[in-house]
Amino acid sequence: MTIAIDIRVQEADFSQADEYQALRARQGGAMGAVTAFVGLVRDQGVAGAVTSLVLEHYPGMTERSIEAIVRQAEARWPILDVVVIHRVGTLAATAQIVFVQVASGHRAAAFAACEFIMDYLKTDAVFWKREAGAAGAHWIEATGDDRARVEAWSDACQAGEPQPGCPNAPRA
Amino acid sequence: MRVAVRFFASLKDVTGCAGLELALPASADFDDLCQALARQLAPAALTAIRAANVRVARNQSLEEPPFPLADGDEVAFLPPVTGG
Repeated sequence: MTIAIDIRVQEADFSQADEYQALRARQGGAMGAVTAFVGLVRDQGVAGAVTSLVLEHYPGMTERSIEAIVRQAEARWPILDVVVIHRVGTLAATAQIVFVQVASGHRAAAFAACEFIMDYLKTDAVFWKREAGAAGAHWIEATGDDRARVEAWSDACQAGEPQPGCPNAPRA
Repeated sequence: MRVAVRFFASLKDVTGCAGLELALPASADFDDLCQALARQLAPAALTAIRAANVRVARNQSLEEPPFPLADGDEVAFLPPVTGG
């Protein structure tokens, strides 16, 4: 089954409402579940108050790194439609930064694939974040928690037990 | 041959540039590229781009150095990524 994949790396803001309406318009009756995640720029970071983030990317490679993550999700869950929007450039505190929307026939795949894609965006997508605030500016590194979350996705499948989300899982 | 080199994020700061063009001998590989960079970059910058957590992409695909080069290649030095 061919799934719809839309990956956008852009400076412009996005509208969750518009993305959901567009999904409703393009997908038919096989769609029974939609999940969406929106990431925002917090006003507090490890070094104190944050006034802005600067997001840098590698045009071309960044889009392909996101597509590789979505293709992994497609191999693990029966999903129908994925939209990933990731903003770049300078983003003020409270701004929207990332959007992931997943549609599937049933809720389990939509929930799991959305979380999977978001977890891997943190560790595998080609972006770099610089946080600026009262304490100056510094480049952010992935946290141990970020890495632990993607390792958990991998460990769950290496344990050998067929379970939802693993390539060896029985498809519903 | 000519090879384009690109630096991102913290590596752009430490090298002071987003990239540069190198003219290398026809049979040059990644190690030759690093030797050419050593002549142009400060020692601290060279150490930074060869740090263990820096990955290298050839023509936008990750590769494990050393690897051969071809005319027109783009080699990018990528510090640890932080998306999402």
